[in-house]
Amino acid sequence: MIEFEGVGHRYGDREVLADVTLALPEKRVAFVGANGSGKSTLARTVNGLVLPTSGRVLVDGLDTARRGAEVRRRVGFVFTDPDSQIVMPTAGEDVAFSLRRAGLGRAERARRAAEVLAEHGLAGYADHPAHQLSGGQKQLLALCGMLALDPDVLVCDEPTTLLDLRNKRRFVDLLSGLRQQVVLVTHDLDLLDGFERVVVVDGGRVVADDEPAPALRHYRALAG
Amino acid sequence: MNPLGLYEPGTGPLHRLPAGPKLAGVMVVVTLAVVTGEPVALAGLLAAVALGYAVARVPGRRVWRLLRTALPLVALVFAVQALLLGLPAAATAALRLAVAIGVATLFTLTTRVDAVVGAVERGLGPLRRFGVRPDRVGLLVGLTVAAVGTLAGIAAEVRAAAKARGAERSVVAFAAPFLVRTLRHADRLGEALTARGWGDEPDRPGPSS
Repeated sequence: MIEFEGVGHRYGDREVLADVTLALPEKRVAFVGANGSGKSTLARTVNGLVLPTSGRVLVDGLDTARRGAEVRRRVGFVFTDPDSQIVMPTAGEDVAFSLRRAGLGRAERARRAAEVLAEHGLAGYADHPAHQLSGGQKQLLALCGMLALDPDVLVCDEPTTLLDLRNKRRFVDLLSGLRQQVVLVTHDLDLLDGFERVVVVDGGRVVADDEPAPALRHYRALAG
Repeated sequence: MNPLGLYEPGTGPLHRLPAGPKLAGVMVVVTLAVVTGEPVALAGLLAAVALGYAVARVPGRRVWRLLRTALPLVALVFAVQALLLGLPAAATAALRLAVAIGVATLFTLTTRVDAVVGAVERGLGPLRRFGVRPDRVGLLVGLTVAAVGTLAGIAAEVRAAAKARGAERSVVAFAAPFLVRTLRHADRLGEALTARGWGDEPDRPGPSS
């Protein structure tokens, strides 16, 4: 369960989030909004990458500002550009890098990493240089890096923006099969089948919060 | 593509050798190269390094890429030194450089970064009581190796973009976007590391490997 209580955020004088209050128990939630609407900032508050300047964010009752480490253990985060979250030279090492924290031995890490890669369509890529993967594979790798840690919540910030149509579909299909609660930030509206709740953000405020069809009607009306 | 770094998968004896002893070996070879001023001895050392490439069965294309990058540099050093200090000193300097580049590259070709990070963590373990955080130093080493490839990639893209605008000779057209993109990459990398739990873990047990 993710809860926002009167969340506001400012970068200097610029207000990017104002008075967001939401409780999100649903398994599949999307944040939709225009560029600069504040939806990415809102998503970043869920794992404490951004701490609200007013109000608070709770994950399973844990305050992201005070118990950030525990929150991040529960919340995985996938960014738009996989190149900046892949930190190790090969796919296997990058996933193993996540597992370093779990205190597993090296051989065990490598085995687990290969397993996670294989489960998500990257079988046989463990020794492959990460930066020579295709865009779609890189985003899968970034996802594997997070899933290896088995979080309860997965926040994805426009993970499909750099992908072609087929890879978009593939990525979203993969998301839909996960046991994790998924918060998807996106403006690919046709990817939201199967989502239970869509939160439309505009000018740093929640302007619609509904099932996908009515919420997206509102969003389209906003875009004019 | 970065020609020097990057692991080349393999199963030879050098691949199987643990990272710690291998790293120590690299240091011994480089130290020998520095203390020996004798061109003949240095040539022998270089031959030993070359033998290492054969033993590790490094593919020809990787050797070729290394030579293409390193040879002009070694030749330049040789030429400058020959002009300033004479032939024997130039031969010594050039051979030293060739040995150092050769052995260091052989190490990165046959060792996974993950293993290097593990070796650094284990090696620094005893310093924990003096306040050193071996996991942080290991991460730093790993990220440094990874950064070589990343920065080379950014440089190539920026150069291509400058070319597309017909500004390939402008220093500003390269330096400004290169700096901006590098800094932005640093920001995002920081976020990604935080999201993966690095920088938290006060309760984390020491990494075992």
